[in-house]
Order: sequence, then C-alpha cells, then structure tokens
Amino acid sequence: MRATELAEAVRSGERSATEVLDEYLERIEKRNAELNAFVHLDEDRARARAAAIDETVAAGQDPGPLAGVPVALKDNMCRAGEPTTCGSRILGDWRPPFDATVTSRLSAAGAVIVGKTNMDEFAMGSSTENSAYGPTRNPHDISRVPGGSSGGSAASVAADLVPLALGSDTGGSIRQPAAFCGVVGVKPTYGAVSRYGLVAFASSLDQIGPLAANVADSALCLDVIAGHDPLDSTSVPDHFVPVSPAVDAGVEGMRIGFVSQLGSGSDGVGGIDPEIDAAAKRAATALEEAGATVGEASIPASVYGLSAYYLIAPAEASSNLARYDGVRYGARVDAKTTAEMMVATRTAGFGDEVKRRIMLGTYALSAGYYDAYYDKAQRVRTLMAREFASAYESFDVLISPTAPTAAFKLGERTADPMTMYVNDVCTIPANLTGDPAMSVPFGNNSAGLPIGVQVIAPALGEFDMFRVAGAIEEALR
Amino acid sequence: MTDSVQEWEVVIGLEVHCELNTASKLFCGCANVFGDEPNTNICPTCLGLPGSLPVVNEAAVTKAMTLGRALGCTVSNSIFARKNYFYPDMPKDYQVTQYEEPTNSDGELALGDGSIVQIERAHIEEDTGKTTHVGGDGRIHGAGHSLVDYNRAGVPLVEIVSRPVIRSARQAKTYVEELRAVVLAIDVSDARMDQGSMRVDANVSVRPVGSDELRTRSEVKNINSLRSLGLAIEYETRRHIDLYEAGESPLQQTRHWDEAAGRTRDGRSKEDADDYRYFAEPDLVPLEPTQAQIAAIDESLPPSPALRRTRLAEAVGVDPADVAIVVMRGQDQLALDAVGIGADGAKTLARIENELAVEDWSAITADALADVVTRETTGKLSATQAKHVIAGLVEAGGTVDEVVATLGIASVDSGELVGMLDALIEQHEDEWARLADGDRKLQGFFVGQIMQLTNGQADGKIVQTLIAERLR
Repeated sequence: MRATELAEAVRSGERSATEVLDEYLERIEKRNAELNAFVHLDEDRARARAAAIDETVAAGQDPGPLAGVPVALKDNMCRAGEPTTCGSRILGDWRPPFDATVTSRLSAAGAVIVGKTNMDEFAMGSSTENSAYGPTRNPHDISRVPGGSSGGSAASVAADLVPLALGSDTGGSIRQPAAFCGVVGVKPTYGAVSRYGLVAFASSLDQIGPLAANVADSALCLDVIAGHDPLDSTSVPDHFVPVSPAVDAGVEGMRIGFVSQLGSGSDGVGGIDPEIDAAAKRAATALEEAGATVGEASIPASVYGLSAYYLIAPAEASSNLARYDGVRYGARVDAKTTAEMMVATRTAGFGDEVKRRIMLGTYALSAGYYDAYYDKAQRVRTLMAREFASAYESFDVLISPTAPTAAFKLGERTADPMTMYVNDVCTIPANLTGDPAMSVPFGNNSAGLPIGVQVIAPALGEFDMFRVAGAIEEALR
Repeated sequence: MTDSVQEWEVVIGLEVHCELNTASKLFCGCANVFGDEPNTNICPTCLGLPGSLPVVNEAAVTKAMTLGRALGCTVSNSIFARKNYFYPDMPKDYQVTQYEEPTNSDGELALGDGSIVQIERAHIEEDTGKTTHVGGDGRIHGAGHSLVDYNRAGVPLVEIVSRPVIRSARQAKTYVEELRAVVLAIDVSDARMDQGSMRVDANVSVRPVGSDELRTRSEVKNINSLRSLGLAIEYETRRHIDLYEAGESPLQQTRHWDEAAGRTRDGRSKEDADDYRYFAEPDLVPLEPTQAQIAAIDESLPPSPALRRTRLAEAVGVDPADVAIVVMRGQDQLALDAVGIGADGAKTLARIENELAVEDWSAITADALADVVTRETTGKLSATQAKHVIAGLVEAGGTVDEVVATLGIASVDSGELVGMLDALIEQHEDEWARLADGDRKLQGFFVGQIMQLTNGQADGKIVQTLIAERLR
C-alpha cells in the first residue's frame, strides 16, 4: 500500500497504526535476516508510538500527514537514545542524546520510526558492502548489491519492509541505490532539508532525502522533512514549496534537456551501459509525448566531476571524522599515551575505505598540495555550477541515467576502489552544484534488473523536478 | 663581523587571545561562565557530538567587530575555517577559527607612551576545553592521567595579532595594558590574565640594530601575567643574542614560560609541527555585516583611552603619559568633573592616582573629591587629613563635612594656627629667641607643640611657613 494511502487510512480510522505496524514488522521479521537491510529495530518504541497515534485518532484529532506510516532511518541519523553506528565499529554503543531535525519532523507528522538501516561506513561506498555489520542484499536478486551508501534504506523500501525510508546523498548515495533497487530516491536542494543530526561525511555535499516506492510517497515525505531549520546554518531560509501537488501536474510546455555527457556519447564521462542510456532516452521520448520539448544539454565539466568529488568529499571527511578519537565516546582501544590511544582506536575502529578516504583528504588539504588538489577541485565545482546555470537558461530540468550500470554482484568491485567510484559519475554533479536531483525507476534491463532515470533541476526547483518525475512514472503505467 | 661589540634589538609581535564576555558560547546556547563545576555547561554542539552543527552567536560577532573597530580595523566580509589537529581538549579535533578572510584587519593601537603598534588582524575563533594533568609534575609528560573540562570549549575568542613592531619588553607590557583598557572600556571581555580570559603569546626574535630583517623567532606561550610577559621577553632576547654571539642560531619553535624557574623551555620545534590543513568551514556561512551595522558599532564606541588621555592631560595641564593610570582605571571622568568644579588639576590627579587605587571607588562623587582637594590646597585640611577623608568617602560616600565629622577631624585653619603660635611664643620666650638666633632645632619644638595642641590635625608644612613668616 502506498504511504499516502496508508496515512489516509489511519487518519480516517479505517486502519489502525498498530495493525499497519504489525504487518510491516512481520515482513521485516521474515526477510531481514536474508537482506540485512535493518541494523537496529526500535520495536517497543514503534509499538508505543503506533498506539499513541491510534489514541489520537480515537480522540478525533489528526496525527499528521504521515499518520501511522512506518519509516526507516539510515543509521547516520540521530534518534535520541537509539544506537547510531554509521555502519562503523568506531562509534561503539554510542547513543545520541538528541533527535535529528528530520527525526523530530517525521515524528511530529505522525510517522512511526521502526529502526535504522544499514549503510556503507560513514556513507562512503556505492554498494553497502563497506559496513561493519555485513553487506545488505538487493531484494531483486540477493546475489547483487543494493547500491549505496543508503543501500539498507533502498532495500527496505524495495522489499516493502517499510513504505518510506530516509537516506543521505553525498555523491549519489540516495539515487544510485534507488536505481539499483527500483525505487524512487530524492536528493533535495542542498540546504532544503536540515542536516542537524545527520552524522557528517562531507558537510558541503551531504543532503538527506526520502526513498519511496513511488513518486507521490517521496513527495509526501519530502514535504514533511523540508524547510528552514535554525539549527543548521546552511539551511535555506526560503519557504519550501510543497511538491506533492506537482506529481500529477504534467509536463505540458516544459523544456527538458538530456545531459549529453552523462549518456553513452563519445564526449561523455564514459562507461555508461548502452541499455541504460537507451532507457533514459526512452524516458525523454515519453516526456516529449506528454507535451514537453526535449533537447540536448551540455555540461562539459561533467567529465571532471568524479575527480573533483574525490578530492572535496575526502578532504571534508578527513576533518569531520577526526573527532572519533576514543576520548569522549564510542569505541576506545587503550594504549600508553593519549596519542597512541587515538591511533589504536582509529586503526581498529575504521574500515579500509574510510581510512583510504581520510588519507586522500588529508593529503589533498596538506600544505604544498592544497592548491593543486583541493583548490582546483573547488574551481571545478564553480565551473560546473556555471555550466548548469547556463543550461538552465534553455531547459527547465535536465535528465540523464542515474547510474552507469544496473546492480552488480556482491564482491565484484571491492578489489579495485576506482571501479566502485565510477558508479557515482552521473549523480556527483548535482552534489557539487547543490541542485536537487532524483532517481525514478524506468523499467528493467534485459537481465530483469531495475534501471533508474535521473531528473536534475535548478536549486529549489523541486516542484518542476517532481512534475517530470511524476510524468516519467506515469509513462510506465 | 668586526671586533666591535654588536648591538642587538629585539623584535616582538604579540598574539593576544581575549575571551568575549557573551552570555553564551560562540556556536551554541551553553552558558559562557568561568569557574563553574567542570563539564556542566556543555551540549552536543560544544562537545562536537556526531550530527551536531554550529550556529553563530550574533552577539559574539558584534562584540568581535566592536573590538575590531575600537582598534581601528577594517571590518570585512569574513569566513570561518577549520584548523585541524588532534588534541583531547578539542572536541572535534579541529578548531573553528578564521584564516584567510578574518573579520577585522589592519588596525592600530596608540599607547600611553606615545608609540603606535600596528595590528595585522583580530579574528574570531572558538576556545578549546581545559586539560588538567594529574600526577607527574602537572605537565602532559609523566602525568598519570588527564582530566578535561569542556565548559571552556566553544567560548568565543578574538585573537588580536600585532605586527612585529614592538621593540622592548616594556613596550610589550604597555601594549597589553592598553589593549586591556580598550577591551574593558567597550565591555567585550573581562580581560583577566589570571583567569585566562586574556592570554598572551609572544613572538620574539632579535636582529642587529639598524637592520630591518626578521630573523627566526620563537613563540613563547604559557605567560600568565604582565610581569611574566616582560620576564619571558627579556629571557628570550638574551637567549637569542647569546646564541648568535656563540655563532649559533635559534630554532623556530614554540617555547613555554616556566614561571617557577624564570626561564623558557623547549616546546616542539615548528619543523615537525602539525600541518593544520586549513579549509573553509562548510558548516557555517560567511559573515557579511552591512554598512549600517558597522556604522551602528562606530556610533556605540566610547572614546578611546588615547583620546581620553589627551583630554584629561589637557584639562590638568600635564603630559598624556602622566594620566595613563587614571584613564586605565576609568577614573578620568571623575578627574575631569572635579577639575571642572574648580579643584586643582595636579592635586586632583595625584589624589586619584594614589588614594583611589582600589577595586570599588564608586561611592566618591566629583563634588566631594573637588571639595577635599580644594580644602587641602587652601590649607583647611592637611595632606594626611585629606587622605583620610578620601578614604572615608570611598568607604561610605556622603559629603566632606559628614566624613570630617565622622572621623572627628578638627578643621584647623591658618587663622587659628597664628593665634596658637602667638600664645606659644609668649609662653616660651627663651626658646623663641634662640630660634630667632639661628638654632634651627627649636623649629621642631614649636611645630611639635602645635601638633600636640591640634591633636596632629594641623598641616606641618603650614605651621613651618607660619613660623618662617614670624621670624622674618
């Protein structure tokens, strides 16, 4: 059942939140051992919460737009008193004493938070294999990865263990797993959703967004979590225009650009599976048939996106992850001196990919290398923003494939980090520019695996983005 | 080099950290107070817990800009940066500070001695927690364990960086005193070196007199008082000169002032020091004060200590350097008011400087002070009496008449003294004759007699003058 319908049923008293929750918990019970989508379940709190919502309804009051809808949080979002591991050993049994803003907004809207989902350690990865709690598997084919880093959230929605989940997206970590798992994944405009309570990976790129089985559900969830938050200095002060009404608004008269460099053309980023490129182009044709005009957009700097991203994100991460030193919280490996304790703790607590990125980032920020690496990467970012701005003069929204390939096998790309990094090549540009982007399922490849199409819009252009996403979804019906 | 003795001069640049006296910390709502129970003023943000985010305290920024403007700085758009290094008292293992684009730059400070010290920048940053090493000798090496109090973590600081233009330990002390006066006058910090709300690091190097080179410097930390600042600079100066004269060179390094031993000690050498990997803090947005905000700050600034010195010096008729202490203590308005009422300038200044060196002098009014000074200069009160009366006014306030009555001071004027002297001359004719013949010892006899008659309330000098007049 769709989240929108569930909420309506609970609000009207047609179904009880408790009964809805039981149904989902039962499915989790059945399938989670195999998928490893959840790393932590808050069953008792969820039941108490569902009961409270039922009482609210019985008292004739409205619990809110997400009344009784079970929701999962990626395990890098804080919920007071619950484990928050970020897929890492280093946080040990640390439990945050506070709620993330998204957590409190979901609760205030009547959602029932059921637990925390698996992820690549500190959101660094594209397959959810870099988790200290084991890999998550793709519900469409359990020999394959669900994508990452929000693989637990994507898999939990795809397997209908929850109707809605939150993920975080630093270089594609919501959209790529959404594409791999055949669900909708939204990375809102940077600053549209508060980062307060999101454990930071790369602060200038991180953004929280919803994963859902359909566009309308993702819109409903985004409308709840978006909006200014005084606790996040980078939060957009503007009023967030609700996107739910956009889903069925159609694309009549809209100008849509296919980003040529993100296709399989020779001037592009390379490595795009022709089958996926073809699917994205079919989506473009469908939009044309729905009344939009479609043309080719050019973002030449796309080819530098990956390189720029793998300097900026690790640089910020090297600083953000410094605090895991064993002094105040989390795991600690004792040693003779404080410095040795810090080294021992970090050596034992972090996985290989996290260590790799801390080293990359530390190097990129070092005196003597800063200008050649970090500063140059920031200039690519500026250049890319300029190119997107110029493309938006001709187009209202842009589209492209979400990921270069469909879901790959577990273990297939763990040996060579570069083969993993290229997964983000289509999604990274929107993180570098801060623009909103989302992945919408658009059929399957010849092997029966889901394919995602990416819709990118100018900053705070979520309304237009959801018009296009709604039309793409509609075209498949 | 020739055989002649090389003359050296010292080159000093000071980095002064001032904790701003805001109600809350720089990036969270925790209370900013000194001396509370350890780890009671803390929250997810100032503890750097995962998921926490900083939000700039506008009041701290305003205070920082106020300090910048008081130092004649240009206030610009600015950004925060992260300074990355591992230390247990730093919750995030990076410090949020300002690096390439500070809020305040290019100011200067006019000192009481007439010199001017250029200020490179006055940037905003967060303080760290406070570590106490337990066991050993209180230093990190050899300590059994360490305790960290994070109450101080996130307290707003302004770091005022002077250019290397200070030329003596004395000038360095005067500069810090002056800075303190400015900071207190605009109420942005308690500026107490003993509590660490004002901390001074000194960059010291030497060079041959006449040269304009900047040689290798050492940065001296752990200076807890003005006195230590002077001693530390003098020690470092001597150490550098000795090294050069022995054919060696000092290392660029951080050194710690050892108060007990009266010397600086090796810190780590800068060569193997941390690379701080500064980069723009992505969790914060740029500070972009409007011209109107800056104008409002300028409007709110009280007159600078330099201006106040000039004003008082002119009113009193002395050199500005002579009123420095009174201005530093904030007693210049009292002096101006008393002089305005008609009290003698020099005497007023002397009485304030010497008799009002107390914590709380708020009870004494300008009227009362002017009254005491005038009674003293007209001989109605002796110097000793005037001091007692001022002490009484500081203690309890009120008028001079009230204090005189309370203290039982008989006001002895010259007329009464003349009568007393006449009577004494009659009673002690022989002694007076011998004094008139030149036996100076007998002057003391007559003064002593009058002092006895007046219970010591007469002014000895006036008595001597009266005696001298009668002998003429």
